[in-house]
Amino acid sequence: MKLYCLSGHPTLPCNVLKFKSTTIMLDCGLDMTSTLNFLPLPLVQSPRLSNLPGWSLKDGNAFLDKTELIDLSTVDVILISNYHCMMALPYITEHTGFTGTVYATEPTVQIGRLLPSPLKDAVEVSTWRRCYTMQEVNSALSKIQLVGYSQKIELFGAVQVTPLSSGYALGSSNWIIQSHYEKVSYVSGSSLLTTHPQPMDQASLKNSDVLVLTGLTQIPTANPDGMVGEFCSNLALTVRNGGNVLVPCYPSGVIYDLLECLYQYIDSAGLSSVPLYFISPVANSSLEFSQIFAEWLCHNKQSKVYLPEPPFPHAELIQTNKLKHYPSIHGDFSNDFRQPCVVFTGHPSLRFGDVVHFMELWGKSSLNTVIFTEPDFSYLEALAPYQPLAMKCIYCPIDTRLNFIQVSKLLKEVQPLHVVCPEQYTQPPPAQSHRMDLMIDCQPPAMSYRRAEVLALPFKRRYEKIEIMPELADSLVPMEIKPGISLATVSAVLHTKDNKHLLQPPPRPAQPTSGKKRKRVSDDVPDCKVLKPLLSGSIPVEQFVQTLEKHGFSDIKVEDTAKGHIVLLQEAETLIQIEEDSTHIICDNDEMLRVRLRDLVLKFLQKF
Amino acid sequence: MPEIRVTPLGAGQDVGRSCILVSIAGKNVMLDCGMHMGFNDDRRFPDFSYITQNGRLTDFLDCVIISHFHLDHCGALPYFSEMVGYDGPIYMTHPTQAICPILLEDYRKIAVDKKGEANFFTSQMIKDCMKKVVAVHLHQTVQVDDELEIKAYYAGHVLGAAMFQIKVGSESVVYTGDYNMTPDRHLGAAWIDKCRPNLLITESTYATTIRDSKRCRERDFLKKVHETVERGGKVLIPVFALGRAQELCILLETFWERMNLKVPIYFSTGLTEKANHYYKLFIPWTNQKIRKTFVQRNMFEFKHIKAFDRAFADNPGPMVVFATPGMLHAGQSLQIFRKWAGNEKNMVIMPGYCVQGTVGHKILSGQRKLEMEGRQLEVKMQVEYMSFSAHADAKGIMQLVGQAEPESVLLVHGEAKKMEFLKQKIEQELRVNCYMPANGETVTLPTSPSIPVGISLGLLKREMAQGLLPEAKKPRLLHGTLIMKDSNFRLVSSEQALKELGLAEHQLRFTCRVHLHDTRKEQETALRVYSHLKSVLKDHCVQHLPDGSVTVESVLLQAAAPSEDPGTKVLLVSWTYQDEELGSFLTSLLKKGLPQAPS
Repeated sequence: MKLYCLSGHPTLPCNVLKFKSTTIMLDCGLDMTSTLNFLPLPLVQSPRLSNLPGWSLKDGNAFLDKTELIDLSTVDVILISNYHCMMALPYITEHTGFTGTVYATEPTVQIGRLLPSPLKDAVEVSTWRRCYTMQEVNSALSKIQLVGYSQKIELFGAVQVTPLSSGYALGSSNWIIQSHYEKVSYVSGSSLLTTHPQPMDQASLKNSDVLVLTGLTQIPTANPDGMVGEFCSNLALTVRNGGNVLVPCYPSGVIYDLLECLYQYIDSAGLSSVPLYFISPVANSSLEFSQIFAEWLCHNKQSKVYLPEPPFPHAELIQTNKLKHYPSIHGDFSNDFRQPCVVFTGHPSLRFGDVVHFMELWGKSSLNTVIFTEPDFSYLEALAPYQPLAMKCIYCPIDTRLNFIQVSKLLKEVQPLHVVCPEQYTQPPPAQSHRMDLMIDCQPPAMSYRRAEVLALPFKRRYEKIEIMPELADSLVPMEIKPGISLATVSAVLHTKDNKHLLQPPPRPAQPTSGKKRKRVSDDVPDCKVLKPLLSGSIPVEQFVQTLEKHGFSDIKVEDTAKGHIVLLQEAETLIQIEEDSTHIICDNDEMLRVRLRDLVLKFLQKF
Repeated sequence: MPEIRVTPLGAGQDVGRSCILVSIAGKNVMLDCGMHMGFNDDRRFPDFSYITQNGRLTDFLDCVIISHFHLDHCGALPYFSEMVGYDGPIYMTHPTQAICPILLEDYRKIAVDKKGEANFFTSQMIKDCMKKVVAVHLHQTVQVDDELEIKAYYAGHVLGAAMFQIKVGSESVVYTGDYNMTPDRHLGAAWIDKCRPNLLITESTYATTIRDSKRCRERDFLKKVHETVERGGKVLIPVFALGRAQELCILLETFWERMNLKVPIYFSTGLTEKANHYYKLFIPWTNQKIRKTFVQRNMFEFKHIKAFDRAFADNPGPMVVFATPGMLHAGQSLQIFRKWAGNEKNMVIMPGYCVQGTVGHKILSGQRKLEMEGRQLEVKMQVEYMSFSAHADAKGIMQLVGQAEPESVLLVHGEAKKMEFLKQKIEQELRVNCYMPANGETVTLPTSPSIPVGISLGLLKREMAQGLLPEAKKPRLLHGTLIMKDSNFRLVSSEQALKELGLAEHQLRFTCRVHLHDTRKEQETALRVYSHLKSVLKDHCVQHLPDGSVTVESVLLQAAAPSEDPGTKVLLVSWTYQDEELGSFLTSLLKKGLPQAPS
């Protein structure tokens, strides 16, 4: 059992697990932090931006340059844990000879296809390395098989994989990869906070031999609830002073929670007349899709659907015209646009998308505020090309994924035998090296991996499931050896098909053919592969002698030796040496006699 | 002998009050808990006293499964859980859980408020009953307890309808509920994998029908509606609030839009508007096309179809009205029917199956004079039947049986005569045993589940490696020891079993004296024995050791010269019990003497 680690980014993992005869890729995240190496893509050519000194347009190779570690065409299946962790999918399914299946939940696929990726959305820009085309994206998505939580998926009869709710995003999952005797849990991007998704399923992670832990919070020191509070108060402050608020964000995920907060907050804060704009090519789809996945939502939201009402209150914000959404800043938006306002738009890296326009538009006024909520990008780096900037910048990263306190609670709860995690989690963050609480603390210590490493996972397979056919089971004769423990010797024919093993009753011995053909001597040579059982036990001499007498042997003499006894059958010129763990019958070449003696000896012994 | 037992309490050779008891590997499961639309007395609910005479239902049943929200599948649930008394889990899908209580409440209102029935379940009982429900996702494996697991498959038919697999160890039963094998305008087709259950319990409403193409029926339907409104008639379409109603609405809506018609279409009761909301929120349960386009246009937002008011029925001029319930046995559809029945310009279209005893059934079987509340009613309006109910037809049922590959099939939810026909068809064409028990009749199927044990990987790999050798044509015997401790069964090699139990091996050895006539020295005798054995035992490892002894595999042969007779040599052949066959063969071979040495 081996783990090939292809990504060094702990929240955008890409690992390959070899387990029994299967090769399973766990996530294929695309590290987009390298987009920060690029200059923003403005709507109209900006001489200021393109003449910035010290900013070169680097040719970024965004991910997976360590693929020589393993031949990706041998990957049998890819398991996706959430929509942020599938951005490299087209690369793998379309460029590596991959012929397997991808498993993901329906919300993951539907929302994943909405999410922007610089390599997909900026294909026309020649300076950006093109990774794949829309066709390849669609082809990759067509290879996905939709699965539901707690669905057991058989892989080649050898391994079973099961997605579990991870509580982080709509349809986000952890995965269990198990055979009958071994269990690996893959925990990636999980949350114990109550936001909109179904709560995390912790119980099913119990009894794991190995738990691979990735996707913890990127901001372990920030409390998401506190951040949401700060977000709201900064937003209110800016708007009251007549300024605009810009929220660079993804079109799905935390935005649902932010809108829900604002739904409750704006009336009490007296901001109900301030327009909320959500600008994204997929704004409408994202808002609509969020309303139809009732089964993937937390209990509160589910019960709203039962009424039937839309689970998210943004439906009401839209109905009352408080929230308006547009595919882009062109068209209707320019007519409706009123200030001061709040704009949610992407991309959170500030390198492309309509956010670039708003940065240019609002950056010069100190009345305006940009509030960063997505934790994926360093906000200082994101802002760098826009400096000097008059607008206020607030950093309220909202990352609901597990923090280290929650991890240690989780590990105590589910008690895996071994924990495997990225090396970043086994030491405090470089900037806070004194914070020993910001690392994983477990016993035995977690095994860490880094990019391009191959880990041998520390457990040995000992057993495999096999089925005994009922006819064979009926023929077994169990024998109680110790209280509560019974044994039965089994001789059976092994059948293996599709990695499933079955024991069938042995065939009946073939009737000796009364053939006229003259038999050659060698035909009678016994097959030495027929195994005889092992024997155990000891022979009580007195009883043995009595038995011999009962069976017609006379003239028996017993001699004591250092280790046991010698029983002499003088008439038959036979000698039987009996010791604690051995019996030796020495006789003339008289097969009848030998077989008789053998059977009497075997009466005192157990067969295995 | 393990067995699976199935007893229908309802829907055995009948349609209505579906309720089937299944016992599998010691677990008892009740499938559906429906009411019968054709009866108003005790017979409307299944006879739950059959399940257990004195014990509590909760102790006897491990779980209850509801396949979909139609009342003939869930209508008795509050009675069963709150009035008879059941506190165990009730499983159904999310849409069923959402819609079921609304239909139950509707049913209760008609029974209590309109018909004035006493001793019926109350609204509170419906609420308490729904608290016992556990919602399941499609394809999720739900562990009811350590041994019993259930899994839902998509069934089409109505929103949230599911087929259920019930599994204990290697034994399993699949119950289809009601299903549809062809996608319609709003739902997809039923699907199941090749799960090879011991038994498939399938509905058989349309056991003898092979329906023509859906397109033709749709065209026919639209033509009839169109003609009637053109000549100023009124069209009544009795439907159940959820299901066919939405499909037919989509159909009429698109037709009205295309033909630019202005005749009003109404939908009765507030329930239906609510129903459309459910369809909007449970889009993932609808068909591919609706799912793909819902962001641009939600098919369940109708432009032409408006809410119906009771007063509209007396309006002059043409109109189309969808009214509940679908079998004309009560409620608004029956009221409108009575108002319009006398006019030959009008038309009633029955889009689904009608249970015996209902007005719907009567007019469909040609009855034109009805007795209603003591008054004669002559039906002059046109009566049309159109099979829009989303049940699989004979072809579809055969198709599903082919998909799941069960060992046996059991028919429920159909009429005895039609079942008989399908039973023969299944037995002849698919060569699968088929049963059709009546209510209260038990079918017992013996099963022979294999027993799962753990085999030590060492033993398994050794065997599999040897199985790959070229000479392994004939079946090889695997030999091992099964250790049974509590319920933990492990198959290990005999050596390991001994070691684990702390037992020492007892070695049994034989040594036989074989007398040979040979005047030569014992070393030469040994050499002769060696070359003789070497020539006979070609497949065995025969060795001549430096100390003069000969070995065949692990059998040891030593020549000795007894002092008294120089013409005889004694060959000591020694082997262990494990080599008995070979040892015994060698002694009998040597007894025949050695071949004459070439001079």
